[in-house]
Amino acid sequence: MSARTLFRNARLLDPASGLDRLGDLMVEDGKIAALGPALARDGLGSDIAIVDCGGACLAPGLVDIRVQLGEPGAEHKETMTTGGLAAAAGGVTTMVALPNTEPVIDELALVEFVARRARDIALANVRTYAAATKGLKGRELTEMGLLAAAGAVAFTDGTAAIADTLVMRRALSYASTFDLLVVQHPEEPSLAMGGAMNEGEIATRLGLPAISPAAEIIMLERDLRLVEITGARYHAAHVSTAAAIDAIRRAKARGLRVSCDTAPHYFALNETAVGEYRTFAKVSPPLRSEPDRRAVVEGLADGTIDAIASDHTPQDQESKRLPFASAEYGIVGLETLLPLALELYHNGHLGLLEVLRKLTARPAELLRLPAGRIEAGAPADLVLFDLDRPWRIDVDGFHSKCKNAPYEGRPVQGRLIRTVLAGRSVFIAKG
Amino acid sequence: MSAGSETGFPHRHLLGIEGLSPDEITYLLDRAERYVEQNRQADKKQSLLRGRTLINLFFETSTRTRTSFELAGKRLGADVINMSVQWSSIKKGETLIDTAVTLNAMHPDVLIVRHPESGAVQLLAEKVDCAVINAGDGSHEHPTQALLDALTIRRRKGRLQGLVVAICGDILHSRVARSNIALLNTMGARLRVVAPPTLLPAAIERLGVEVFHDMGMGLKGVDIVMMLRLQTERMHGSFVPSIREYFHFFGLDRAKLAAAKDDALIMHPGPMNRGVEIDTELADDIDRSVIRQQVEMGVAVRMACLEALGQPQRNAT
Repeated sequence: MSARTLFRNARLLDPASGLDRLGDLMVEDGKIAALGPALARDGLGSDIAIVDCGGACLAPGLVDIRVQLGEPGAEHKETMTTGGLAAAAGGVTTMVALPNTEPVIDELALVEFVARRARDIALANVRTYAAATKGLKGRELTEMGLLAAAGAVAFTDGTAAIADTLVMRRALSYASTFDLLVVQHPEEPSLAMGGAMNEGEIATRLGLPAISPAAEIIMLERDLRLVEITGARYHAAHVSTAAAIDAIRRAKARGLRVSCDTAPHYFALNETAVGEYRTFAKVSPPLRSEPDRRAVVEGLADGTIDAIASDHTPQDQESKRLPFASAEYGIVGLETLLPLALELYHNGHLGLLEVLRKLTARPAELLRLPAGRIEAGAPADLVLFDLDRPWRIDVDGFHSKCKNAPYEGRPVQGRLIRTVLAGRSVFIAKG
Repeated sequence: MSAGSETGFPHRHLLGIEGLSPDEITYLLDRAERYVEQNRQADKKQSLLRGRTLINLFFETSTRTRTSFELAGKRLGADVINMSVQWSSIKKGETLIDTAVTLNAMHPDVLIVRHPESGAVQLLAEKVDCAVINAGDGSHEHPTQALLDALTIRRRKGRLQGLVVAICGDILHSRVARSNIALLNTMGARLRVVAPPTLLPAAIERLGVEVFHDMGMGLKGVDIVMMLRLQTERMHGSFVPSIREYFHFFGLDRAKLAAAKDDALIMHPGPMNRGVEIDTELADDIDRSVIRQQVEMGVAVRMACLEALGQPQRNAT
């Protein structure tokens, strides 16, 4: 007997097709069987579960292309289980893990390890990047072809830039053999080394070692030259400055195969969040100035920025309760991705489908993942949420093992009701 | 106990100059002024802080600041304990927070803390029940240095308001510069900084200073020349090409000083690198250099700070 669930009376939202209308959605055997206005309700039989959505939004489960899950090597900060629970609680049904683990994901066995662990836990689809260079050392290329065949979705040195120009040229050039995507942390390391926050008046007042915002555009412009030479596919992760966004805008106009994402903290916060040495606001790249934050919003609105990824980076108290310069970088983001992204809609910067596209169809398309759409035959990975419901972020209530988020008490709008993974509810909100 | 100590400085800690009002600064300077006179008497000992415990917690080596606080505490009758800790070894095991919690259990009345990282003293202050005095945190603040500099200037010039002060040298890494900029701006002086751009932090002009890259222009008509110490590890190739080149363009000698007012005073927070940022003869010129007075004022200012913070049962913020 097949397992069937009918989601009735939902606002069906599919950014890929532009669908936005009230209707029903039938799930069968983990896939979307049908959708449309008022699916025939006679003769459905008794083996069917019915979820009345009460007009709430039903959209593709979120596709988060930049997360750290602690495995292998940092299980004290996050595990596939806690990271999976956080994803489910955040409406994320597909996530892509960075390779900067211990050991580094630069071998076939490690790609398989991540896939196996995620399958066993079954709280979200978990895919992984593989390192672009062995040990993330920026010197020798990894076995990109074989790693891709084993399931690595793209290649990146994670939180480190591929800094050496010749190595980057070869990484792009070699990746183009198999039309693989190279993902860069666009930051010139010599300008960022030892830096703790964005260069400017605040860093100067606090006496903190600063990172010039130019570190981003300098690396990015070099990379764009190399993309031009190699014809490779290139993705700039978490862009944060007006200059970089503008360079990508122009590169796209020139027809280069370039894409980029940003993280919610680059449009929801600016450098003033550091306040008096608030280490939860220490991220890499650093939170930028208000003009840069506005440029991120603009880049999202005009389509220059393709995707929003949480950049989920769990850090325990020992890593954050330190003097600012010694503290680790990162914010946990899986559980705040949706409400922070919805601020763009509620503030009138982007349409609802546009916001959702950057969280679903577009990142899936960039990494060629079978996710991020609502259509017959697609996996039934869904998120059901109340678009308007106001609430306050409660960091202590996070499912993630770490609570390093500078959002405690932040009022947001848009509350998750249910997360569905292959037809199975992996999260149902209380109350 | 005077009424002034109840109300003149309504703060629990002294973490920085930024945020202090002109009245609060004036209050501390006035109190310090009284201690200058007392310290010149044969019997210097007071009993104001008898039975109180001060802990000098230094995560960075320092002789003069630590000694100055120790002397200030002892002259007020307090018990003073010195603790020196290498931050690098702390990092491996015990964290800063653990250290704070451990010390807190000893019920000190005042913790005097120096730390190589900006913001570390504030972090520690959040975890202890006693008053905390910042004796220098990273490149952030060194409030008692700015207070003693202000006292030195006020005694020699009779005022702070309207004076033109040039701070010269490694502004980028200097907590002394930041505290002095905050204090002197609050008190109505006019500030200049003079340094090569490699030793200036971004947007420094936003802190209310005029920026110069030339000593001749930067010192023109100034009342006060404050020289900063150039850290040795920053002299060779990374921020400036060489000691020789640095001294040639930015070291203070008689020729460069000639641009300043005839009665301009020379200050230095110490310890000096003679022949690097300051000509050795000039440093010892008792007509121009007030470097030795700065040391004397240091003890008086720290006594005033301890008096303001070291007494319990106050409604402090």
